[in-house]
Amino acid sequence: MAIPSTMRWRYFKEGLFFALVRLSALVITVSLGGLLLYIFLNGFRTVNWAFLTLPPTDSMTKGGIMPAILGTFYLTLGAIAVALPLGIMSAIYLTEYAKQGPIVRIIRIGVNCLAGVPSIVFGLFGLGLFVVFLQFGSCILSGALTLGILILPTIIGASEEALKGVPQTFREASLALGVSKWQTIYRIVLPNALPGILTGSILGIGRAAGETAPIMFTAAAFYTAKLPSSILDEVMALPFHIYVLATAGTHIEETRPIQYGTVLVLVGLVLGVDLIAIFIRSFIRKRKRW
Amino acid sequence: MDEIKRTSSHYERELQDIKQNILYAGVLTEMAIQNVVVALLERKSELARKVIDGDKEIDKLDTEIEEQCIRLLALRQPIARDLRFITTAIKINGHLERIGDMAVNIAEKVLQLNEVPQLKPYIDLPRMGEIAREMIRGSLDAFVREECELANHIRRMDSTIDTLNEQIFRELLTFMLEDTRTVHRALLIMQVSKNLERIADHAKGIADMVVYMVTGINVRHQWPGDTSDNICDEKRDDS
Amino acid sequence: MVTVEDTRVIYVKNVNFYYGGFRALTDITMDFEQNRVTALIGPSGCGKSTLLRLLNRMNDLIDGTRVEGEVIFEGNNIYDAKVDPVDIRRRIGMVFQKPNPFPKSIYNNITYGPRLAGLNNRIDLEALVERSLRQAVLWDEVKDILNQSAMMLSGGQQQRLCIARALAMKPDVLLMDEPTSALDPISTAKIEELIQDLKKLYTIIIVTHNMQQAARISDMTGFFYIGKLIEFNATEKIFTKPDHKQTEDYITGRFG
Repeated sequence: MAIPSTMRWRYFKEGLFFALVRLSALVITVSLGGLLLYIFLNGFRTVNWAFLTLPPTDSMTKGGIMPAILGTFYLTLGAIAVALPLGIMSAIYLTEYAKQGPIVRIIRIGVNCLAGVPSIVFGLFGLGLFVVFLQFGSCILSGALTLGILILPTIIGASEEALKGVPQTFREASLALGVSKWQTIYRIVLPNALPGILTGSILGIGRAAGETAPIMFTAAAFYTAKLPSSILDEVMALPFHIYVLATAGTHIEETRPIQYGTVLVLVGLVLGVDLIAIFIRSFIRKRKRW
Repeated sequence: MDEIKRTSSHYERELQDIKQNILYAGVLTEMAIQNVVVALLERKSELARKVIDGDKEIDKLDTEIEEQCIRLLALRQPIARDLRFITTAIKINGHLERIGDMAVNIAEKVLQLNEVPQLKPYIDLPRMGEIAREMIRGSLDAFVREECELANHIRRMDSTIDTLNEQIFRELLTFMLEDTRTVHRALLIMQVSKNLERIADHAKGIADMVVYMVTGINVRHQWPGDTSDNICDEKRDDS
Repeated sequence: MVTVEDTRVIYVKNVNFYYGGFRALTDITMDFEQNRVTALIGPSGCGKSTLLRLLNRMNDLIDGTRVEGEVIFEGNNIYDAKVDPVDIRRRIGMVFQKPNPFPKSIYNNITYGPRLAGLNNRIDLEALVERSLRQAVLWDEVKDILNQSAMMLSGGQQQRLCIARALAMKPDVLLMDEPTSALDPISTAKIEELIQDLKKLYTIIIVTHNMQQAARISDMTGFFYIGKLIEFNATEKIFTKPDHKQTEDYITGRFG
């Protein structure tokens, strides 16, 4: 049967559109896969047990990256310790307590703006406030606080979504039993929102672990032989280590394998953290019944 | 009651169908009474037989109306106004069917009377027939138009017919006492009169139900005279 | 003056209610008597649910609402400044339109309220769970699975669990907001049966869109229209010969 020309034109347009969509998906997948593959191929020879467990030696041209891994670990943990309570509490205020109105809207806009601020600005802010003004110096504390503020919008956003995701009927049911508002939030809303909050927060962790700019003035050391003994010590950190090796040293070419190895560790770390988040989320979705 | 458009027009139509059928049954019974009275006055046995035959139609309608009402009760679960309408319709249907049967009773007596010479000129009997028909027509009008005043008026007419019946009874009694050969004919006429009086009772029963349907007040076992005249005035405080 | 025993558990006097500038209830005066089931009927948006939620101060949760007039519960105006709404809600239980058990075990659903109200003795709690579930005619169905999630139950069972949960607080009044609208006919029949039993112990006020349901289970019926109480009468009266034409038009489906 002959297909009318208008139909054919429609089929053509449809085909074209689908082709474009497929192409975009392909470009993204290929570039991401290529990037990961490139990093892996260049880095995997460097990464071994010693690399992960030994400090750098010979002006960082040899040895491992253990202090940087540890530093990133401390910084991220600190950032979470700062941002999680603050973020959850802000989200509770915004969704449960605050009267929905202009003030809340302004706060929300503020939070969103915070999310859009370039990370170097956070770094300078941390330098100004924590390092200089409060005289913490360049240390884990300053860096963790700065990273904490950086990931605050992510955590507030995730927490707000998670809190809003708890059905209103749960709140009503609890309140109607003569349970106070705070107890309702504490006993019913938070437990049901927690998985969602955690998922969002883990994504925040990934971001905190990978950032260079916020820590380079506030926490990261070019090189420290000793491991930190308190939160007021400087630390090495993975992203900053990569930055240093790739731009600031005198042995840039010689340290290429170490650079790639560090990149691989960092990317693996961030991806691993994201994977955990994805797993938790799918697990919750399966369990959810309301 | 002014009609407000009902959400379910099917339901409304079913109610209207019942109304139509009851009206039709009313017309048939009215005609039966008229015919049977004419058959008596003009000694037309043919007409009396027609009335006896015609009752089949009334019986058929009775069954049909009852089925309609039962179906509506089962499927629509009527309440309030509709519930009162349906219960009223069921009862009216019963009354009309009985009226039809009584017309047949009269027709049978008429057939016997027409076989023998007329005892006396009939004066009160046609009046009774007239009033009975008027009561049926009036009570059904009141039913269709949901008019309490009219229904109440019909209820009061019943006493007139009772008086006429007693009058005929006494008159025939004197006939029988004077001449025992008249007893058979007099008894037949008495039964005609009695049946007409019963027909009027049923018409009053219809009117009683209409009063209930409109006002929600049961007046079936009250003398029309006892019922306060303002029974229909119990207006609700509508806004 | 003769003192008549006051059988009103809760009553509202000249109540107006506003959502912001919108007046949702106009001059409502109503008595709710002990051990009676009162049904509130009327078209959507007529204010019946608003009135229900007014009786246990659930409307407080909505921003910008305002109450005028009095709601008297045991001699006190529950909108008095010194009255704690939390306390009121313990005494006046509520069951909602959609079954809304917590994603907890059946046992913990029941004990949630009492525990937070200070009941901690394990034996008392167990007794309370059994008593509440028995009252809600759910005990036989769930006594062996008390530790399973309430989410496993069927809709009708969930709703009875919600009733049991409300009863566990030992309230004086039980408010029900279209409790069977999300249930199948058999579950609905069970809940209706239950309501009839429960009125021996509680005062029940129920909002329903189902005329037949109001007719079946309630002693008194209030008809609301555009925020006003048009008619408040014995249910039998409402469903055979209501005093107001508006009521009759509504219940016989002659609206709009």
